[in-house]
Amino acid sequence: MTGNIPIAKTYKLFINGSFPRSESGRTFSVVDSQGELIANVSQASRKDLREAVRAARSAQNAWASRTAYNRGQILYRVAEMIESRKVEFSELLKSFGVNSRTATREVEESIQRWVWYAGWSDKYSQILGSVNPVSGPYFNFTVPEPTGVVGIIPPKEPSMLGLISRLVPVIVSGNTAVVVSEGHSSLTAVTIAEVLATSDVPPGVVNILTGDQADLLPWIVGHLDVNAVDISGINQDQDLTVLEEAASNVKRLISREIDEESLELITDFLEMKTVWHPIGR
Amino acid sequence: MSNFKEGSDSEDFGIDYAPAVESTSLLNIKEKYGLFINGDFLDTSSSKFFKTLDPSTEKPLAEITEASAADVDKAVKAARNAYEKYWMNMSGAVRARYLFRIARHLQERSREFAVLETLDGGKPIKESRDVDLPLAAAHFFYHAGWADKLEYAFPQRKIEPHGVVGQIIPWNFPLLMASWKLAPALACGNTVVLKPAETTPLTALLLAEVIQDVDLPPGVINIVTGAGETGSALVEHPNVDKLAFTGSTEVGKLIQRSAVKRNLPLTLELGGKAPHVIFEDAALDQAIEGVINGIFFNQGHVCCAGSRLLVQESIAEHFIDRLQKRIDLLRVGNPLDKNTDIGAINSKSQLERIDKLVNAGIEEGAEVYKPSCSLPENGYWYPPTVLTGVQQSHRVAREEIFGPVLVVQTFRTPEEALEKANNTPYGLSAGIWTEKGSLIHWMAERMRAGVIWANTFNKFDPTSPFGGYKESGFGREGGMHGLAPYLKTKRKRK
Repeated sequence: MTGNIPIAKTYKLFINGSFPRSESGRTFSVVDSQGELIANVSQASRKDLREAVRAARSAQNAWASRTAYNRGQILYRVAEMIESRKVEFSELLKSFGVNSRTATREVEESIQRWVWYAGWSDKYSQILGSVNPVSGPYFNFTVPEPTGVVGIIPPKEPSMLGLISRLVPVIVSGNTAVVVSEGHSSLTAVTIAEVLATSDVPPGVVNILTGDQADLLPWIVGHLDVNAVDISGINQDQDLTVLEEAASNVKRLISREIDEESLELITDFLEMKTVWHPIGR
Repeated sequence: MSNFKEGSDSEDFGIDYAPAVESTSLLNIKEKYGLFINGDFLDTSSSKFFKTLDPSTEKPLAEITEASAADVDKAVKAARNAYEKYWMNMSGAVRARYLFRIARHLQERSREFAVLETLDGGKPIKESRDVDLPLAAAHFFYHAGWADKLEYAFPQRKIEPHGVVGQIIPWNFPLLMASWKLAPALACGNTVVLKPAETTPLTALLLAEVIQDVDLPPGVINIVTGAGETGSALVEHPNVDKLAFTGSTEVGKLIQRSAVKRNLPLTLELGGKAPHVIFEDAALDQAIEGVINGIFFNQGHVCCAGSRLLVQESIAEHFIDRLQKRIDLLRVGNPLDKNTDIGAINSKSQLERIDKLVNAGIEEGAEVYKPSCSLPENGYWYPPTVLTGVQQSHRVAREEIFGPVLVVQTFRTPEEALEKANNTPYGLSAGIWTEKGSLIHWMAERMRAGVIWANTFNKFDPTSPFGGYKESGFGREGGMHGLAPYLKTKRKRK
């Protein structure tokens, strides 16, 4: 009989649709609110980050080339997948000391984020784009396009809603993401990765690293193949001079209220493209 | 004018243009200029000066005050005071009135402004007259109309101005860049400290006179002249609420370094290395004109210049041959002559930079074509130049030359054109020429650049957002999208 001995989950990184351990072999431990060990979690290294960026870059064109309708369907599908794992997520949150009602609400709101942004996929262009009345015989229009590869430093709390609130507005428009999660919120992050792995989100669109955010921050901010970084979750006491390296490739740095739901969050990771063409016979 | 270029075709016909030089008699350039702070030109008795030259003759035009950090501080204080005392509480409709007035005065005095722009910067008078001035006035008109309609641009949003905006502008379109910066900032309710480029301060200082004439409340626009140190004092100033910069990627990166640590709102409009793609089915006569305009407009001192020609292999030889024949007809010379196509290089240091990069290209194996035109003895000049046999790895294919130098590469398939077009850290603009509509959209969708010109090039309009992808910067200028950088927007709480 083995019924008394539960099988604990191994928490690993999520890169290009797979769950590798850190190449460094390092782990960090996460304990529950009672101080009991929940798991030894893979601690991502700079090399893991590089792999994740490579995966995100390789996936970006194809993801952006999907129709907006299709991206919306895929995002909605993620909501369905979380819906069926509601109990698992709220149990996880409760193990961190979140009370039962708050945990249930956080899971519900997290699901709603996916639904809300899924609905935006084929609408934000119509709100944000324009046809411009230039003073000449030209057809001139402006359309939004994804910025590219986006790094995300999500807030540690609320661990589920915080990450999802930052992630979904980034990928809805065709960006791909590299998320760096830390501490106990890493467990939530990896569980979200499991949802993504069993949804229709293509490999590489979302990559999730667990580890030390402050440690990896300089590398993600300085990475020349990362176009933007959402730094909303960074510790405000930390030395902000590391952000200077964003200038090495004129990276977009975005910082917003941590759990808001808004069109601006989609806009933050868009580039506006304007096209001119003559009108004539 | 005998030392100026005579086109080869006109020689064939035995005719030539008579000089048609614009008079400078309507200008009233002062000997010395003080800083424009709080509605007045400051006393120059304790000023440190630098000279601004006519780059076509190297003759000094005026002495300009170099603003110190203390001067910049004075300007920021004046802007803050004006923001709190007048501008913040003024209705959008009233702000609009002032912007409309500025636009009208620019139109009324456009000839004077155009001549001064050409004299101080070296650009052909036909360009300052037909492009810079009309567009500068149009920018004020367009944004004037927005000042009392901002809530329509940001539905469901609570909007407010940043406060004091620091703006640094380049020397290639001095007055036009000032208007691109000032008009949206003021329309959105900010006050401004503007730093014009050190080689071209005169039209900004003439604009200061207009600002006085239209009775703009003192301190709403302050103009601090100077070079890098003055700019740096403005960037580092702790009481500036937002920065906007147009200029080189190199300097833009330094500014971003400074701004990110302070979480300071910033927009950057930086360099470019625009691909200009010609497919074999393009309307060749028009494409040739487009390529010429794309690289030789304003001596190639254009961040969005079509500096990398990508021409389909099947027509490359023919196209380059025709291009060279067309270049032979370009008239390089006196910028004030209405017949001039290519004026003077803006400064000695820019001339040296162009020369250095072209020589690097030749050393790396590029073949060079320059028409055999004679250039004036004095002043800064560079003939229109085409470099062929260029590899993607060559410096001339990668670095912004910012001069009248076109780099030519070839391609076979649309995929290869796209690959080469996007193979650059820049992403400001791009051009496509083909008669096939679906190919235009296929390319336009995939080229990573903020402005795409299809079957045209170098078109600008205040309603049309302008700005870059990647290392060409972020934020847009013009259009509804150009308002956002000058406002703080928040969600209206339900």
